[in-house]
Amino acid sequence: MLRPLPRRALLLSTVALAVLPLAACGDDDRGGGSARPDVTIKVSAAASLKKALEGYQGHFAAATVAFSFAGSDELAAQIEQGVRPDVFAAANTKLPDALHAKGLVGRPVRFATNRLVVAVPAEGGDVRSFADLGRDGVSLAIGSPTVPVGAYTRTVLGRLSAARRKAIEGNVRSQEPDVAGVVGKLTQGAVDAGFVYRSDVRAAGGRLREIAIPDALQPAVTYGVAVVAGAPHRGQAQAFVDGLVGPDGQAALRAAGLGPKP
Amino acid sequence: MTARRVAFSAALVVALTVCVAFLTVPVVAIFVSSSPGDLLDGLRDPSARDALRLSLICTSIATGIIVLVGTPAAWLLATRRFRGRALVTTLVELPLVLPPAVAGIGLLAAFGPKGLVGGALGDLGLQPVLTTAGVVVALVFVAAPFYLRQAQSAFEAIDRDWLDASRTLGAGELRTWLLIAIPVARGGLVTGLALAWGRALGEFGATLMFAGSFRGVTQTVPLAIYERFASDFDGALALSAVLVALSAAVLLTVKLLGSGSPGGSENGREQRRGPGNGLGAGVGR
Repeated sequence: MLRPLPRRALLLSTVALAVLPLAACGDDDRGGGSARPDVTIKVSAAASLKKALEGYQGHFAAATVAFSFAGSDELAAQIEQGVRPDVFAAANTKLPDALHAKGLVGRPVRFATNRLVVAVPAEGGDVRSFADLGRDGVSLAIGSPTVPVGAYTRTVLGRLSAARRKAIEGNVRSQEPDVAGVVGKLTQGAVDAGFVYRSDVRAAGGRLREIAIPDALQPAVTYGVAVVAGAPHRGQAQAFVDGLVGPDGQAALRAAGLGPKP
Repeated sequence: MTARRVAFSAALVVALTVCVAFLTVPVVAIFVSSSPGDLLDGLRDPSARDALRLSLICTSIATGIIVLVGTPAAWLLATRRFRGRALVTTLVELPLVLPPAVAGIGLLAAFGPKGLVGGALGDLGLQPVLTTAGVVVALVFVAAPFYLRQAQSAFEAIDRDWLDASRTLGAGELRTWLLIAIPVARGGLVTGLALAWGRALGEFGATLMFAGSFRGVTQTVPLAIYERFASDFDGALALSAVLVALSAAVLLTVKLLGSGSPGGSENGREQRRGPGNGLGAGVGR
């Protein structure tokens, strides 16, 4: 028992659908022009920078900062798809350099370093040394190949003999989209060990313990940051980047367990 | 026809047009952005095929478990009065409105190595975290309420006279259930099955948190899509298109199957249940 739709209603709705978006656009134009005293800048940053940047935020007065923490590769892909945060901070230099080459971000600045480490639960656990990672029955979580922490992990494994590399790779149980996922699997006891950054062990507040990776295997972990091309708040974004390499930013990074700019 | 009535009808049409446009544009965009060639290339990728195979296996097992256990459970909820029935109904529907991340945390807290019963499971060698079984656990948890809800409604919508007639003619409870109730409610049951299957096929958050992501073991299609998003957007689009096609095919099949069955009639169900009866089946994720 469906009732027929009057023809005039169809006509009226067509007119309404044509006019409504125009009205909405008009509103938008007026709103965009007004200058607001306190701006909010959006910062897309590597998951491993969470603690450091939230610490730095307290010393940054030029704007309110809204963070989006995720794997650097996901954030870079968002920018490629047209997302426009004000600042992009990655756990490597490759991603910001690549975006710069495409004209999507300004010149990247190297602002921090980190160490790749093996993290294990603070108490108990079978993994006591780097050599234990390849033992039978050990379970590991690592980053997926595209996220920086996963790429660094593969660099380390690539420097091992084929036999040792295969043994460790055979123990991997999960490839996480970002370093926070690896930390989560570790703190939940889902795996015995994982490749993370030194700053992640620090941020876990005593729940994780660090096993150093031998220097000969250690990759160079350098963080790059850039102002996004077409950033809605260019000035504040540049101030954010400048502050990161300044005393306040470097102190916050150090407090979070990251190394100074190279 | 007064002007006011025309205006109201026009407003309804505007609302429907906005709904249809908003809900179809992302799906259309997936197919517009990926050519059939891309789609085939995406499928040729062995890791994509691993993900598809794993997804099909896990969703099949999960929906199998859900139907086997859920059908009798829904029958009980639909036909018996008992103390706490409303509470039980609410409890089994709760996962519908849980964010997937909460589902993941909850599963870890329950069945993880440090969870409530996870330690005991570990002692038995049944620790599901980071295993294919863990994927099935996550899928059952998020998808079961979709089936339970729908099955309960379908059973409730059955005309009591049919069941009474069956019993009067000498059929027992079990026989009546198997030969009358289930065939009559089949449309609703199949709809519930499809909803549960679709929800399971799309599961992402709880799977990632509870089962992790490892090719061939726990990396289902949604996880594979997420992994591709960063490095291979076209590949991600192609896999997404496959997922959309699969889901659409199932939805269509169910619409065709369900249209002939009284138990599957949406109207009958809603009349019986009434407007105040909680969530629509599509509220959760």
